[in-house]
Amino acid sequence: MKNLKKGVALAMAASLSVCAFAGCNTKDNGTSTPAETTGSGETTSTVAADATGGKVYYLNFKPEQAELWTQLAKTYTEQTGVTVKVDTAASGTYEETLKAEMAKSEAPTLFQVNGPVELATWTDYCYDLKDTSIYKNLKSDDFALIENDAVKGVAYVIETYGIIYNKTLLNDYFETDGAVVKSVDEINNFDTFKAVVEDIQAKKDELGIEGAFTSSGMDSSSDWRFKTHLANLPIYYEYKADGIDSTSAIKGTYLDNYHDIWDLYINNSTCDKTMISSKTGDDAASEFALGEAVFYQNGTWAYADCISEGLTDDDLGMLPIFIGGEGEENQGLCTGSENYWCVNSKASEADIQATLAFLDWVITSDEGRSCLANDMGFVTPFSTFDDGYQADNALIKAANEYIAAGKTAVSWNFSTIPSEKWKDDVGNALLEYAQGTGEWDAVVSAFVDGWAAEYEAVHGAATPDA
Amino acid sequence: MNKKVLRIYFPLFALPTLIAFIIGFLVPFGMGIYLSFCKFTTVNDAEWVGMRNFKDIFADKDFIHALWYTALFAVVSVITINVFGFAIAMLLTKGIRGTNIFRTVFFMPNLIGGIVLGYIWQLILNGILANFDKTLTYSATNGFWGMIILMNWQQIGYMMIIYIAGIQNVPGELLEAARIDGATNGQVLTKVILPMVMPSITICTFLTLTNSFKLFDQNLALTNGAPSNKSELLALNIYNTFYGRAGYEGVGQAKAVVFFFIVGAIAVAQLFFTHRKEVQQ
Repeated sequence: MKNLKKGVALAMAASLSVCAFAGCNTKDNGTSTPAETTGSGETTSTVAADATGGKVYYLNFKPEQAELWTQLAKTYTEQTGVTVKVDTAASGTYEETLKAEMAKSEAPTLFQVNGPVELATWTDYCYDLKDTSIYKNLKSDDFALIENDAVKGVAYVIETYGIIYNKTLLNDYFETDGAVVKSVDEINNFDTFKAVVEDIQAKKDELGIEGAFTSSGMDSSSDWRFKTHLANLPIYYEYKADGIDSTSAIKGTYLDNYHDIWDLYINNSTCDKTMISSKTGDDAASEFALGEAVFYQNGTWAYADCISEGLTDDDLGMLPIFIGGEGEENQGLCTGSENYWCVNSKASEADIQATLAFLDWVITSDEGRSCLANDMGFVTPFSTFDDGYQADNALIKAANEYIAAGKTAVSWNFSTIPSEKWKDDVGNALLEYAQGTGEWDAVVSAFVDGWAAEYEAVHGAATPDA
Repeated sequence: MNKKVLRIYFPLFALPTLIAFIIGFLVPFGMGIYLSFCKFTTVNDAEWVGMRNFKDIFADKDFIHALWYTALFAVVSVITINVFGFAIAMLLTKGIRGTNIFRTVFFMPNLIGGIVLGYIWQLILNGILANFDKTLTYSATNGFWGMIILMNWQQIGYMMIIYIAGIQNVPGELLEAARIDGATNGQVLTKVILPMVMPSITICTFLTLTNSFKLFDQNLALTNGAPSNKSELLALNIYNTFYGRAGYEGVGQAKAVVFFFIVGAIAVAQLFFTHRKEVQQ
């Protein structure tokens, strides 16, 4: 009797722990093959995919397009039977999510990095894409991350930023008495731009606006516009003057220009400069969309936000960011990419091949091209999109007009910034300067000394200047 | 018989919990300690580097700042939360009308998550500060008091419940005897009630102290360290080091290990000191 009890108890305890493990197991299977749940027809195709052994798992960066990627993956699964799982990291948490996912046995086979700096973290995980269709169809090597002859990443979307302006409001201004200029074409250098901005700010009541610029929010949802995108311009001009495309120690030749444009932003805006630490990206977007400000520094990706409150395509234009560099009359908008596809080299060979096949399908099939260009609104760097798959909105049009007019696009040199910490430190110094709790010298120090220190921290002190 | 049966089956029944404890706590803890000596990007792909991470910790000025900032924050919040919690508990054991409603109302903030509270208070406090053209993240001082207010609001109710239970357990005859002996209100409080509720004080100071040291959600939501990481508490600093800086995962891990020992040492010391003051009825 006693033995029986003991046996039963043992069996129960054992089954409990087995249940616990089995629980983990089923859950794991569930997440790795979500396509199974889409319908009974799917089950067979999943089995077929498992037979060849290749699966695709894409960890997507852009939450705006999460739904579209999932749909596209479903279409692909229906056509080929290969399981494609798409997961999207919540906004601003891609790095965390990627780190966690990569540690799993079902790691992403397709992920993305934002440029050479983040590539340094993941370079051991990047499959050489040299012989793949996405690299062969790339229009230029400018859109690939190449390290020691190995193609580590391929850009899939080209974006452009500058100073978005409200055409209607700007035209209203041109009609006021004593307007500095009468047409937007006359704004082609920093001094003119500054005069216009300051005049608009002075006439803000007459124009019925809150300020010339939207708030220069330094909340983390908005500070990248200044510590990264705006900082690109002094870096761009310094590289151009020195004839280099990256450096271990920046000199800060154009920091006075950075100072000028930052002053212009914070002194002619919708809010007091002591308030900017809590202003968010949404604040700035809505101020622009509601017509409370004329100028808004952002890029083509902000199109949806700009027209959310009744502005139409005819109201939108984009100006280059003039900071007073040499020859800026011919300066265009800032065009580049910080979204590069990378294929996980530590995935199984079958998964890698399945992933490459999926990418090939995305950039060559009608469904893939139409989804990327029309639904997601991406301007892509692939030659396969040339025949009729062009994304189209007012901001992209503005960007194309500058290229057509022969202006020189500003490249995205901020991808050579040594680390995220550099951006944070510069951002912090910019904020402290703006609200009056710090000096401009701190920005200079964060920009110049911080660059050298971070470059050393990332690359090691032994690396000589290349 | 019963005891013997229990002794035989104890390991068996404890097994599922034990397994869960090992998987959920001991293994990650051991891995964490191991990883603090490594350079790694993902946790299963680590390279041993010895003590280097620990050396890097103390070269990080932000970490040292966060350490002092957290210590100051813990001192101020432990004092304010416990004083207010105890005072409200005293008020609500006097038998005034609506006692139960008040108790519920004071307890309710504790049911809301830290992130949500953080954003709510960010709106409220920024709304007030906007009148002075300032914001919560204008300076570390603003952020500091913002977090103190938030933590008080959230934790006072919880501590109040513990104190109420303690105060209600003070025997009536002791209070009556004190009154008959001519003790003033102040004397009753300091000589009778406080010694009798010492166990509650032990547990409340323990909870508030460890909560303040480990504070993360509220810090993240309210100020996120701004400006210039000056309002960054230890936990947020560790998180930012681990996730925010490429190549610093190991340093973040090492900070977490140091953090564990600091919190552990403080908690044990505090338990030891307040425990000594407890009296037996």
